[in-house]
Amino acid sequence: MIEVFNLTKKFKTVGKDKKISFKTAVDDISFSIERNEIFGLLGPNGAGKTTIIRMLTGQIKPTSGKIFYDGKIFDGNDPEIKKLPGVVPQHINFDRELNAAENLELHARLYGMEKSDYQNRIKELLDYMELSDYANYNVAKLSGGMKRRLLIARALVHRPKILFMDEPTVALDPQVRRKIWDLIKDLSKNGVTIVITTHYIEEAEKLCRRTAIIDKGKFIANDSPKNLCERLGNFTVECEGTEGKSYKFFRDRETAAKFVPEFSGNVKIRPTNLEDVFIELTGRRNGL
Amino acid sequence: MNFRDIGTVFWRDWLVLKRRLTKFILSRTVAPLLYLTAFGWGLGRNVQLSSGTYLDFIVPGIMALNSMNMGFHGMIPIHAERVYHKSLEEYLLSPVSPSAFLIGKISGAVLKALISSLIIILTAEIFGANILLSGSMFVVLILNSIIFAEIGFFAAMKLSTYEEMAQVNTYVLLPMSFMCGTFFSTGALPEVVRFFVNCLPLTHTSQLLRSLCTGGIFMRDSFLILILYAAIGFYLGLKALKNFQED
Ligand SMILES: Nc1ncnc2c1ncn2[C@@H]1O[C@H](COP(=O)(O)OP(=O)(O)OP(=O)(O)O)[C@@H](O)[C@H]1O
Ligand SMILES: [Mg+2]
Repeated sequence: MIEVFNLTKKFKTVGKDKKISFKTAVDDISFSIERNEIFGLLGPNGAGKTTIIRMLTGQIKPTSGKIFYDGKIFDGNDPEIKKLPGVVPQHINFDRELNAAENLELHARLYGMEKSDYQNRIKELLDYMELSDYANYNVAKLSGGMKRRLLIARALVHRPKILFMDEPTVALDPQVRRKIWDLIKDLSKNGVTIVITTHYIEEAEKLCRRTAIIDKGKFIANDSPKNLCERLGNFTVECEGTEGKSYKFFRDRETAAKFVPEFSGNVKIRPTNLEDVFIELTGRRNGL
Repeated sequence: MNFRDIGTVFWRDWLVLKRRLTKFILSRTVAPLLYLTAFGWGLGRNVQLSSGTYLDFIVPGIMALNSMNMGFHGMIPIHAERVYHKSLEEYLLSPVSPSAFLIGKISGAVLKALISSLIIILTAEIFGANILLSGSMFVVLILNSIIFAEIGFFAAMKLSTYEEMAQVNTYVLLPMSFMCGTFFSTGALPEVVRFFVNCLPLTHTSQLLRSLCTGGIFMRDSFLILILYAAIGFYLGLKALKNFQED
């Protein structure tokens, strides 16, 4: 669906002394996203996730690198390609002058939909997101979670082939979050490709066929959650000492168990999860 | 370019304007009413002109400066949409081309300029001004509002704070609204100043409108200068929009 080669973004920043410097937000990454997969982008704050999405969707131009949609090069302008993605942005960016339904209508029109088509579609989506009662509300008057639900609805109006979701479940209550997860799985079953960034590791673990872990603009891993855990070691020994927790990873429970008696204190053996992988690869947590 | 996309961008502005149409019309009546009262009716009675009354002289000037203000102010919200609300992202993301977006936005500003021009014409009629209405007059009004909508758009895309937007108003639009042949003929200005003022688009608009309103000739050169300004403004606006994508 999407192939990316040597994608780089350097932001021009002007310092206090008016000196121009460049901040490398995305640093020479190459990857591909298969049709129909749910692809996760994980990384600490400022890693470059949003910047990647903004480049893939033509909102900003890459400093260098190439992006292909279905084998066709994308320069950020081609309207046929721009119709494919739907984007749930990380921040709220509604038109404040319009109400909830009008924001969706504007979206539909911008994507060239016919009235007969989008009227029902908008109604359905508002229904699904439990926002029907708020259709005529000014967007500024919606609660935080409602705004996020409306962002998701808006991204879906034109039936995107690929959905980019930049932390879509932030600020949603647990029930709604689960509902969004179901929606994502449903969409995926119906042939929609999904790229999702999240700080909820559980979310990536549950949903993603593959997750890339990004740090400082570089991919430091890109594999299925299962393989990522396997590579680190499927079992974790977690030891609570005086200096906080420390961890060591083992191929299987037996080797881990053999290791445990060497430690005094509170020691626990458990399966490795994606969070371990994430912190191990991006963080500086104590090793055993 | 795509007419439908232009229509969509315009539709949004119309939707917003429609909701406040009465308020908009009322608020747009205040300034011309004051100008006409102070300069036309109050001051104008004591001013002698070789032809016609002072009221007849300033009505085209007021129409010119009003279409300037309406063009520029129609674009001011784009600044907040870009910097604060980020709602401009929706357009950048969509398949709508930058030129369709720009034309749609300019159309919205032109519509406001036209509505308020009609208000001025009506008010001026009530004050008893003699103005000759013509198609060319409206073409000039539209052209002038396009030029200043483009300037407003450019400013909205480039300036970082709202204060700077307000400064454009104070240091560019306000001086122009008094200097550019609106309330007095540029012939009264010292030569150096006159040369400079004669380069400004509003001067040509005022003179063109005045000539048209009093049944004079169609000043082709002034018209061509306005076209040139509009073309340059469009180019710069488009470039600013595309650069915004470069970040
Ligand atoms: N418009 C910009 N101008 C300058 N620097 C920017 C700009 N946008 C992002 N950056 C910088 O690029 C880096 C990557 O930012 P990005 O928003 O992509 O991170 P992220 O992975 O999405 O983080 P988060 O998890 O906090 O959303 C950061 O260091 C950020 O400061
Ligand atoms: Mg982000």
